[in-house]
Amino acid sequence: MSEQADAVDLVDLLSVEGEDLAAAWVREVSGSLGRRVSAAELERELRELYEALVEALRQDAVDVHSEQMSEVRALLTELSRSRARKGFSPTETAISVFALKRVLEPVLRKGSSESVHAYLQLSRLLDELGLFTIETYTQTRDALITAQAEQLLELSTPVVRLWDGVIAVPLVGTLDSARTQVVMEKLLQALVDTGSEQAIIDITGVPAVDTQVAQHLLKTIVAARLMGAECTVSGISPQIAQTIVALGIEFEGIATKASLADALKLALRRSGVDLVAHRDGLR
Amino acid sequence: MSERIPILRIGENLVVSVQFDLEDQTVLNLQEDLADQIVAHSARGVVIDISALEIVDSFVGRMLATVASISRVLDARTVVVGMRPAVAITLVELGLSLGGVSTALDLEKGLAKLRASSDAAQR
Repeated sequence: MSEQADAVDLVDLLSVEGEDLAAAWVREVSGSLGRRVSAAELERELRELYEALVEALRQDAVDVHSEQMSEVRALLTELSRSRARKGFSPTETAISVFALKRVLEPVLRKGSSESVHAYLQLSRLLDELGLFTIETYTQTRDALITAQAEQLLELSTPVVRLWDGVIAVPLVGTLDSARTQVVMEKLLQALVDTGSEQAIIDITGVPAVDTQVAQHLLKTIVAARLMGAECTVSGISPQIAQTIVALGIEFEGIATKASLADALKLALRRSGVDLVAHRDGLR
Repeated sequence: MSERIPILRIGENLVVSVQFDLEDQTVLNLQEDLADQIVAHSARGVVIDISALEIVDSFVGRMLATVASISRVLDARTVVVGMRPAVAITLVELGLSLGGVSTALDLEKGLAKLRASSDAAQR
């Protein structure tokens, strides 16, 4: 049996009951997806895919990566991308393709041994298409994650001016090398831009400090000192204080404070500002 | 003959402004000239402005520390001013923390620092 004959068989198998099969496919998939995709949208997606697949098979497509399949691939890519963006699981995405196999089973029961052969062929093709779908899904997810990580990096490091000549960086979340690098650069640039001689690094929002994080902090502080600014580390929680001592990290010559308020007070005193409290409140 | 960096006198302080990236010979010349000038003017302070420097290698980093030590021997304080963030990060990565060298954000703050320390010494 030549390959061309195979392809024709596949077309026969798919178009034997024409419209009926596509409709069954849509029913099968919408059952598994619930109501998160509108019925009309699903119907449109799967019908387009079905038609493209039949057309490709009519043109003797035997391999997913062949040229005749380009239309099918484009549709599948679009489908799995939209699924990935909407937060569907890989299974829910792949089921769209694999459901077609299940739809074909009843047809097969009535068929001859030749249609069994054709079914196996088609099944192999559908497996490949399923794999292709998953691959696209993963790529889209990866791209999403990368984009989000970048956004997080930009968002997570504001430098705020607390007073004339005093700036602060409130750090929130886990510190890694990439983030510390961004923090370091932003802090140092802010020192130049604002002409501040006092900087406060507040680590209230940092859940854990290990030797690497401490190393990064120390580097930032030394770099700030090289530029002529003093750094204070504040917001050290009791647990973190214990960890720091247990790890044997030494913040020698670096002012550390428990709270941001204390650090601000120290920074103001260092820059020659006196805070005066009036006994009778507002005056 | 390589370039020499001018050394300016303001009151009892000397000001060195480095305007271009340094070659090793220029660095050595500067070191020599500074020592001569400190003695000649009996200067009490030296300000080295490196705000125009974009590239600093370990040699220049060590020079800054050496100049500070030399002037300390001659009873003058050294303040390095205007270091760029990128330069500061490079020096830290090179493991040079310039211990014993005072720093300030710009020339004005550097001179103020020298004034404050000489006021404290006179009291």
